[in-house]
Amino acid sequence: MMDVDLKKLQEVFNYERLKTGFFNQIKMASTSLPKDVEDAINLAYNNEKQNSVSQNILQQILDNVQLARKYSIPICQDTGTHIHYIYYPFGLREKNIEKAVIDATIEATEKSILRPNTVNSLTDKNSGNNIGEKNPQIHFHQWDENYIYGKLMLKGGGSENVSAQYSLPNSKLHAGRDLDGVRKTVLDAVFNAQGMGCAPGVIGIGVGGDRGSSFLTAKEQLFRALLDNNSNPDVDILEKKLQKEINELKIGPMGFGGNTTVLGVKIGFAHRLPASYFVSIAYMCWAHRKAFLTITENDISIKN
Amino acid sequence: MATIKLKTPITEKQIRELKIGDLVLLSGVIITGRDAAHKYIMENHPTDIAPYLNDGILYHCGPVVEKKDGVWRVIAAGPTTSIREEPYESDVIAEYNIRGVIGKGGMGDKTLNALQKYGAVYFHATGGAAALQGAKIKKVLDVFLLEKLGVPEAFWVFEVEDFPVVVTMDSHGESLHKEIKESSEKIFNQLIS
Repeated sequence: MMDVDLKKLQEVFNYERLKTGFFNQIKMASTSLPKDVEDAINLAYNNEKQNSVSQNILQQILDNVQLARKYSIPICQDTGTHIHYIYYPFGLREKNIEKAVIDATIEATEKSILRPNTVNSLTDKNSGNNIGEKNPQIHFHQWDENYIYGKLMLKGGGSENVSAQYSLPNSKLHAGRDLDGVRKTVLDAVFNAQGMGCAPGVIGIGVGGDRGSSFLTAKEQLFRALLDNNSNPDVDILEKKLQKEINELKIGPMGFGGNTTVLGVKIGFAHRLPASYFVSIAYMCWAHRKAFLTITENDISIKN
Repeated sequence: MATIKLKTPITEKQIRELKIGDLVLLSGVIITGRDAAHKYIMENHPTDIAPYLNDGILYHCGPVVEKKDGVWRVIAAGPTTSIREEPYESDVIAEYNIRGVIGKGGMGDKTLNALQKYGAVYFHATGGAAALQGAKIKKVLDVFLLEKLGVPEAFWVFEVEDFPVVVTMDSHGESLHKEIKESSEKIFNQLIS
């Protein structure tokens, strides 16, 4: 570690490059729906009855996605809570990276890529620039690589409001502390959400942890690619079974009835106390906005 | 699936003809109002905003807007979740003679009763499709309480053309949200038993 050239490192990852990277990451997240999500919506469109209201809704969604990407305008006017995970090499200062994120966020707001979306909970005053206590939300991790990697999700409020947390066992659902208990809570949460989370959504689930880390685990699952497989075979089976069962509820796009209520289900785990067994269900709307940033010595690239 | 075109001001007779599941393209003038706005109009009874609500349409929306050369332009303007306005909406409909509410997610029995009693409907706009909806807003005609309430919460008066919505709560006591909740509940009970 002693041979790290701090001066050079700070020059390579200078403020301007960082700000450019984060700005473009925010812009892509807000205006360009990830391809895996768009593909899943296309599939859902083909699975709805011809000329039904549900198919019409999915057509509107697909038209909207094209329009937003073409003109670089927000997919949804609720440009969400900004959840950043930033991995950076030893030798860089978090404060400097944070400043670049904040300034990029302010610039994106000024350019109407973001709505002023951050309200002081005590005074009700909108900060006007998306900056405030715990906003944007940045999770820093120092790592052993020599480049910066950033994951960003814009998490909308409508879907956040229908997210839910359960403490197992739950006698009403007859849900015990096992995977079948988890299954029951997820079905309950999605049933209660109906169309209000802007279905068809994506469901991130966190099992274990304390109440806080449980929800973080759930949201971290939303960064996964929709078509990936869970590394644990039993959990993988449950993810796919849940997706099928939720769609059997026929809540459908926007809750108008139909064959697709969710586009994916992803489950993650955290260790828990013997006394606690939390299941957290993070509902993500169809406008599942995420973008991944890589800043190396020579290059800045973003994909989603 | 037939598409019905409606232009503001809308009469009670036109509204009574609508049924749940109807796809409607709205043209004319609509006004936005969400959380703070509902509280405001029920506490302050503003006479300058009232004419836009009379036989008019209230849109639960906090838009993304841009001001260029002194002129406001809408960039993205999709619906927000309506159920938060449930405590106010029936009184708002009664006092201001509203014919339609646009939002997402549907509303509760209190609002459903008011729709039936006063002759109004709930129009559901596609959540998250804000770029598309923004493109249907041709002009910003006015804005009220921008300074006090901020961009998302202010009252924006829009001229719209062929703004797509679905009737999910009609003036005959029917609610698509209720129907789907009941049908999905049966399957839900089977799945967890």
